[in-house]
Amino acid sequence: MTISNPAAAANAADPLASVDALIEGLGSVGYISSRRIATALFMAVKLEKPILVEGSAGVGKTELALSTAKLLGLPLIRMQCYEGLDESKALYEWKYGKQLLYTQILKDRMGDALADAPDMDAAMDRLHGMGDLFFSEPFLEPRPLMKALREDDGCVLLIDEVDKSDEAFEAFLLEVLSAYQVSVPELGVLKAKTPPLVFLTSNNVRDLGDALKRRCLHLHIPLPEAALEERIVATRVPGIEAKLTRELVSFVQTLRTLDLRKSPSISETVDWARALVLLHADSLSADVVRDTLNVILKFEQDIGAIEPQVVELLHRH
Amino acid sequence: MQHTLEQFFRALRAADVRVSPAEAIDASRAVAVTGYGDRTLFRDALCSTLAKSAEEVDRFETVFDTFFARDALAPPPEGSEREAPSEQDLAAVESSPLARAVLEGDNAQIQQSMEEAANRAGVADIRLTTQRSRLTRRLLEEMGLEEIERIIANARRMPNGEGEGLADRLDQARRDLFAEAQQYVARQHDLYAAGSARELREERLARKQLNADGGVDPVDYQLMQALVKKMAKRLAAKYSRRRQAAQKGHLDVRKTLRRSMAYGGVPFNIEWKVKKIDRPSIVAICDVSKSVAAAAQFLLTFLYSLNEVVDRMEAFAFSGRMISVTEILEENGVDGAILKVLQEIGFQQTDYGRSLQDFAEQHLESLDRRTTVIFLGDGRSNFADPRLDIMRTIHDRARAVIWLNPEPESYWGQGDSVMNRYARFCHVAKQCGTIEQLERIIEDVLRSYVPH
Repeated sequence: MTISNPAAAANAADPLASVDALIEGLGSVGYISSRRIATALFMAVKLEKPILVEGSAGVGKTELALSTAKLLGLPLIRMQCYEGLDESKALYEWKYGKQLLYTQILKDRMGDALADAPDMDAAMDRLHGMGDLFFSEPFLEPRPLMKALREDDGCVLLIDEVDKSDEAFEAFLLEVLSAYQVSVPELGVLKAKTPPLVFLTSNNVRDLGDALKRRCLHLHIPLPEAALEERIVATRVPGIEAKLTRELVSFVQTLRTLDLRKSPSISETVDWARALVLLHADSLSADVVRDTLNVILKFEQDIGAIEPQVVELLHRH
Repeated sequence: MQHTLEQFFRALRAADVRVSPAEAIDASRAVAVTGYGDRTLFRDALCSTLAKSAEEVDRFETVFDTFFARDALAPPPEGSEREAPSEQDLAAVESSPLARAVLEGDNAQIQQSMEEAANRAGVADIRLTTQRSRLTRRLLEEMGLEEIERIIANARRMPNGEGEGLADRLDQARRDLFAEAQQYVARQHDLYAAGSARELREERLARKQLNADGGVDPVDYQLMQALVKKMAKRLAAKYSRRRQAAQKGHLDVRKTLRRSMAYGGVPFNIEWKVKKIDRPSIVAICDVSKSVAAAAQFLLTFLYSLNEVVDRMEAFAFSGRMISVTEILEENGVDGAILKVLQEIGFQQTDYGRSLQDFAEQHLESLDRRTTVIFLGDGRSNFADPRLDIMRTIHDRARAVIWLNPEPESYWGQGDSVMNRYARFCHVAKQCGTIEQLERIIEDVLRSYVPH
């Protein structure tokens, strides 16, 4: 794989040489990864297989893809899945408007072109030739999947929240993911020169089909342990005091052991750390925590349940 | 090593981690990249290719640790340094490589011969707990224990007890070997047979008559809940997600042309064909009276799971009267919800007529052409008026009425059962006494009676 991005090239060692190099490489672009994450990514690159990343919201699934693209110096193509997403939005679409407009414009010219045709059959033949004109590249609107396959130097393709798409779309993805090719009826089969590195993320809204899972490597990102989380906060929020980091991470870790509707995940920890830095807090006090509780807890009930216990929870660690 | 990997896949499959041939190939390719040198790397690489969900990752780790735990469990070298075996002793054990390895304390050799013997003895084919002692015996035989026993006997017969030292040592080694072999077989059992025992239990449970005396064994209760949940989730994944789906990028020519009129026939705005699809709407009515007491918990578990996965469902429970339990199901955990429903309304005298009337008075307007009504009950009304007229109304208003009865059809209409009379107003009336039957019927129901 070629490294074109100067920032990545400056990172002299090849990040794909070994898992350790990959951990270090990801660290250099601001993603602190566990060994398991790096191994899965390493395997995905070596085996040229898509990687399915699962985990609760905010543990850094999307971030992993972004950081990898940055590290490898590849363009990132992102496709957000949602209910009702179909081929025309994911793969390609004909520019119907343009086609129709062209037909309108050409309408007058059509008479001239067909005027000297000796008979009906000859005129029809000419028309057939024009028909193909409208289903050619200039009228093709490539969507993320096709864009990714057409990147000749490879790219990182992020298919975000694939569990939100329909089964039909999932089935459609199979061809793309196993052979890195798609068939467009009018143009033929389109195959990627360099297979893109594909990330699929899932929040487990529904179970994905076995066929899709089988084609992917699987990576489950759990909520991190305290030490890892402290490093993540330190990397993501420059200028934060070590003491504050320790305190807030341990407070968040305590929160996760409680029965909440939505446990805070890494992104919430990082947001909270940023908020605290902005407030110039240098340590956690009950008042500060109460004022900023809405940054880490996203449900009214959770906030209501935790607020009275803040002092006790702060003393627990 | 390929053989070891194959064995490992088998162990994974036994632990309910699904490993398809394609994944097995991926795993082998992954191993070719990582090599065997780094245990963590090896494990993580296999894990990412083989385990495809968080639960599978847990199971994978357990199996991995058990499967590749051999060296950790090898007999530890005795604390006292072992004196090198004398020439004489070695001569005595010449006929048995195993005995020699034991005397020299060559654990690797012992381990290897145990693996080989295990292959010959077919230990990995173990299915039942009861096979353990027999397989241990066979394993030791294959390793050549008889030869050691013969050497011990010979040594004991030596004059002046000069063979006693050797015999004692070998005897001790023999006991160690036995313990080791037992452990080995036990581990193989855990790896290959534990899963099949659970499958057996699940299978038996799926076929168990739920209204049998005592209902579901409390031991099996959790397993049943898991089973029902799995089933409900499977069904829902199949049917609940058919909603508004724009039809695959097809141009709606008619609409587009009509729109283009405003621009003198130039189609600036493009219209797409859109197909609206309703989500299933289900009204489930569950009998929790005394006569179905044994099955009530199960029916409620199902109701609960269905409620979790189907978007538009209303749930009712009745014995003497009928109440709506949708809220209870939504606000409580499964055990809490079932307990609460049973506390509020459970185990009273059944009165189908009264309950139907309650339903008709409060909820009849929620039934329309798109609603499927599912009754779960035995149709035994204690000789009270069954109110067939209300049943007829429900039948006329709803898209489909489905009655699932835990009793076999031959009982319908006997004693106080009015099932045969209700059945006339049902599109489907079926016996549904086991989880397996329930799943099959519900699947039929969702396929043919829920709009899609």
